[in-house]
Amino acid sequence: MLLSLAIWVPIAAGLLVLACGDDRKAPLQRTLALVGALGGFLVTLPLWAGFAAHSAGMQFVERLNWIPRFNISYHLGVDGISMLFILLNSFITPLVVIAGWTVIEKRVGQYLGAFLIMSGLLNGVFSALDGMLFYVFFEATLIPMFIIIGVWGGANRVYAAVKFFLYTFFGSVLMLVSLLYLYNKSGGSFEIQDWWRLPLALDVQHWLFFGLLFAFAVKVPMWPVHTWLPDAHVEAPTGGSVVLAAIMLKLGAYGFVRFTLPILPDASRDLAWLMIALSLVAVVYIGLVALVQTDMKKLIAYSSISHMGFVTLGFFIFNSYGVEGALIQMISHGFVSAAMFFCVGVMYDRMHSRNIADYGGVVNTMPKFAALMMLFAMANCGLPATSGFVGEFMVIMGAMRADFWLAFAAATTLIFGAAYTLWMYKRVIFGAVANDRVASLQDLNSRETLVLGALAIAVLCMGIYPAPFTDVMHASVNELLRHVALPKF
Amino acid sequence: MKSLYLLVPLAPLAGAIVAGLFGKAIGRAWSHRVTILGVLVSFILSVVIFLDVLKGNGWNGAIYTWAVIGDTPLQIGFLIDRLTVLMMIVVTFVSLMVHVYTIGYMAEDPGYQRFFSYISLFTFSMLMLVMANNFLQLFFGWEAVGLVSYLLIGFWYTRPTAIYANLKAFLVNRVGDFGFLLGIALILANYGSLDYGIVFAKAIANPLDITLICLLLFVGAMGKSAQFPLHVWLPDSMEGPTPISALIHAATMVTAGIFMVARMSPLFELSETARSVVLVIGGITALFMGLVALTQFDIKRVVAYSTLSQLGYMTVALGASAYPAAMFHLMTHAFFKAVLFLAAGSVIIGMHHEQDMRRMGGLKKFMPWTYWTLLIGAIASAGIPPLAGFYSKDAIIEAAHHAQIPGAGFAYFCVLACVFVTAAYTFRLVFMAFHGEPRFDPAHPPHESPAVVTVPLVLLAIPSVCAGWLVGYVVFGDYFLESLYREPEEFHGLVSYTLHGMTAVPFWLALAGIATAWYLYRVRTDLPKKIAIGLGPLYALVERKYGFDELYSWLFARGARAIGTGLWKGGDQRVIDGLMVNGSARLVGWFSGVVRLLQSGLIYWYAFMMIFGVCAIYALVKYRVFTG
Repeated sequence: MLLSLAIWVPIAAGLLVLACGDDRKAPLQRTLALVGALGGFLVTLPLWAGFAAHSAGMQFVERLNWIPRFNISYHLGVDGISMLFILLNSFITPLVVIAGWTVIEKRVGQYLGAFLIMSGLLNGVFSALDGMLFYVFFEATLIPMFIIIGVWGGANRVYAAVKFFLYTFFGSVLMLVSLLYLYNKSGGSFEIQDWWRLPLALDVQHWLFFGLLFAFAVKVPMWPVHTWLPDAHVEAPTGGSVVLAAIMLKLGAYGFVRFTLPILPDASRDLAWLMIALSLVAVVYIGLVALVQTDMKKLIAYSSISHMGFVTLGFFIFNSYGVEGALIQMISHGFVSAAMFFCVGVMYDRMHSRNIADYGGVVNTMPKFAALMMLFAMANCGLPATSGFVGEFMVIMGAMRADFWLAFAAATTLIFGAAYTLWMYKRVIFGAVANDRVASLQDLNSRETLVLGALAIAVLCMGIYPAPFTDVMHASVNELLRHVALPKF
Repeated sequence: MKSLYLLVPLAPLAGAIVAGLFGKAIGRAWSHRVTILGVLVSFILSVVIFLDVLKGNGWNGAIYTWAVIGDTPLQIGFLIDRLTVLMMIVVTFVSLMVHVYTIGYMAEDPGYQRFFSYISLFTFSMLMLVMANNFLQLFFGWEAVGLVSYLLIGFWYTRPTAIYANLKAFLVNRVGDFGFLLGIALILANYGSLDYGIVFAKAIANPLDITLICLLLFVGAMGKSAQFPLHVWLPDSMEGPTPISALIHAATMVTAGIFMVARMSPLFELSETARSVVLVIGGITALFMGLVALTQFDIKRVVAYSTLSQLGYMTVALGASAYPAAMFHLMTHAFFKAVLFLAAGSVIIGMHHEQDMRRMGGLKKFMPWTYWTLLIGAIASAGIPPLAGFYSKDAIIEAAHHAQIPGAGFAYFCVLACVFVTAAYTFRLVFMAFHGEPRFDPAHPPHESPAVVTVPLVLLAIPSVCAGWLVGYVVFGDYFLESLYREPEEFHGLVSYTLHGMTAVPFWLALAGIATAWYLYRVRTDLPKKIAIGLGPLYALVERKYGFDELYSWLFARGARAIGTGLWKGGDQRVIDGLMVNGSARLVGWFSGVVRLLQSGLIYWYAFMMIFGVCAIYALVKYRVFTG
């Protein structure tokens, strides 16, 4: 019941907001959206509180027949791998609603409605245990995001929205083919857990691996199918960027742990070298590309790709440090990238520029903002006692178990991450007041403080005491690793 | 005692939080009161714990479990032994003095509360670093002191030089941290734990990859302790306010690398190769950075290069397996270098923010307290008995002399030659700034600093005089017990040690250095310029700090940006987007253009196609192309 609530409370709230009417009802729509988003967050809290950490199995399971003719069911459940993402998503949604409170003035109801519906759909992706249900949620999330970028985006929004849609949709088609093959092969079952136990020949595994790879790699995004992300981020409104970075990118990575690793363990082991190579390219190549960006949002978008490289790296070194580190990195990136995009949004709302060169000396007029952004910048470069450190540290530890040079390449992020983040921070925040527009900046209002403050607390808590996050993962991750280690044919 | 241990770092943290978050509300006076109280509590408790540890007590245990991964618990915990308490005393004492001094030094600064918050946060971080019982927490403290150093170098954030220096400091340190973290990862991979005790025991039983581990850890130490070739950030860090130059960039943080290697002495003793590297790096840093100090005119920069050189001494001691001597020099250096820096800061306030020694001279009678305390620091630094620097430095030179591993001869030469250089640059500073004819604007004569500045100077000058007398106990005696690796050495009492030192080469080299400085800067003041011209390019090379800044900025800063631009414009935009993404879009567009020709909308065209199709199918069937 809890998982259904996590999905349908935001969606119902979103539909209600949409039904309210046009912008004359905006205040009511905002209140309704906030109530819906907070309600959606509250119903997910018992998931963590009531989670049985010692169990590797699915919990809070719900099952109803949906399309009996094809054996498709409404089957939900979470384990230690997926549970935290539902909480992350439900935590981010109210922040997005609050952040857009006064900033969005046109089509308020549709904007908020789109976010609420998307939030519910994303929870659906993380809790679906039926392959077709997963696919439906996975694809459905594209629609609200496409609309958010295409309607409330920047000048070049249509190009970005179409690029985003085509890229991801192309990947999804290959995934659908793979899922249908698995359905046939398993004798007509869409149960993901049945597929885990399905014996598959090695060559079949390879074909399916690539079928799924494209769908997931685009979403992560992995090099070289990453170029849609900087464009999408640059054009998206702040809230869109936040959800895109914090949650949507996780869908691809989640796909790897939910589908690729357990269903195709032999192919995963065979092709790990490829995944590792692509991940390291993301860390090093993208790190260098991020360094030379002149647009803040692009810089953070590239930084996201680089950080997600750690996630895919962690998955494909097949040890508990790597996999748990990757999962932690995903959650931390949810907080940190969201915070960084909110920070850029705060400045954009005032200056209407994302260009680093238009800024300089913001600390003089916005000290409170500068302090919070410093914290997030440090988290972005993985400083200990922030959440950004935990995942990176664990993945590097795991990589060292696999191979010295792997760890060596991964650890270069210590240097690159610090270089691009702090160089940007220096040019934007430090220095003398650069121009009249910076001189007239107003520091954070209470609404913005609330949003950034909540994220700051999350970043610090997770950095200082990550045990509550890792404890719930152990059983499921160990089960996954045990499963991946066994040959399947 | 456990709660006392916990209170030592938490008291300054509480002060930092109060001053940082509520500084505006509680005002300037309460901000410094709260933070000083925090550090005072920390200092008093450190003394209490020190006395307790001397009685033979100690502690090694976890505070809380940070996370459990696989079967490995990663914990936050303390190791309280004789090495730790020595560092705790040094850190909290110098920090306390600097807190008090700051009241005077930063009196007119608008960022007063922020400054106190930062230095208290630093004290917390440094204490977490030295009290750690495992590598994870060590790395926590390691990065946290780096962060505070970054914030404090860039404290005056509107100055372009300051925000350049702090970025540079952070990035160079990150290069060190890169090695350090890899070292930690290799330890975890090989020994399955991050707990010091377990790691040492397992490494001694089976020293897997030990040379690589030690070298990686040492890369971390090179970053933090500014050893060649990662030394470039420390001179620039002088952009920060002087109290932090004393606290962070002289007395405590930069010695973290030395402390770390001493803490890891059981590991370094397993690898002679690693120690050879340590020796050579230390020797290079000691001599060549000392030479730079002879050519600088900024009073803070002279002291900064002196710090680099002295850190080189400590590193040589580590390489020579003389860990107690390294720690002892760390302690005496913390006192006399803090004196030198704080006195230099006092000069800077007295001179109305003038730092160039060419515009000083004759300050002795204007600033007597500053002069006498600085003189004590200088004598101690030059290594003249019976002041502290003599004993600690002599122990290091002896150790380098007796070391047998490759590189020891070179290191011995470096530290010996550097005795002369140290004495020369230190007294060059004394003579240039305090003696001779005044060269400042007579309309704005310098003034002596207030008591909040001079009292810490005096309090720090006392251990600069006396701390050396503990040499018999700390270096040659059994002070350190099992807390670090020690080699048995002979010692025949303090008096005979001192007398013996006064007949040895280093002592005479130091006197010669002072005499040279006196001759060049008091008697023949025209000579230094002539020597500089006579040496020509050689002098320019030293004065330009051997060109490392230019090399690094060209190679790394510009190189990385060039590669990044190449990958972005060439890789992302041209190949991936241009060729693959938009290329496939164009391909689809071309194909649909071709296919569109078939759908012309003309009836006769469709009719023709239908007839053609029927004929084709008939032909195919007739000639049995489809056999099935």
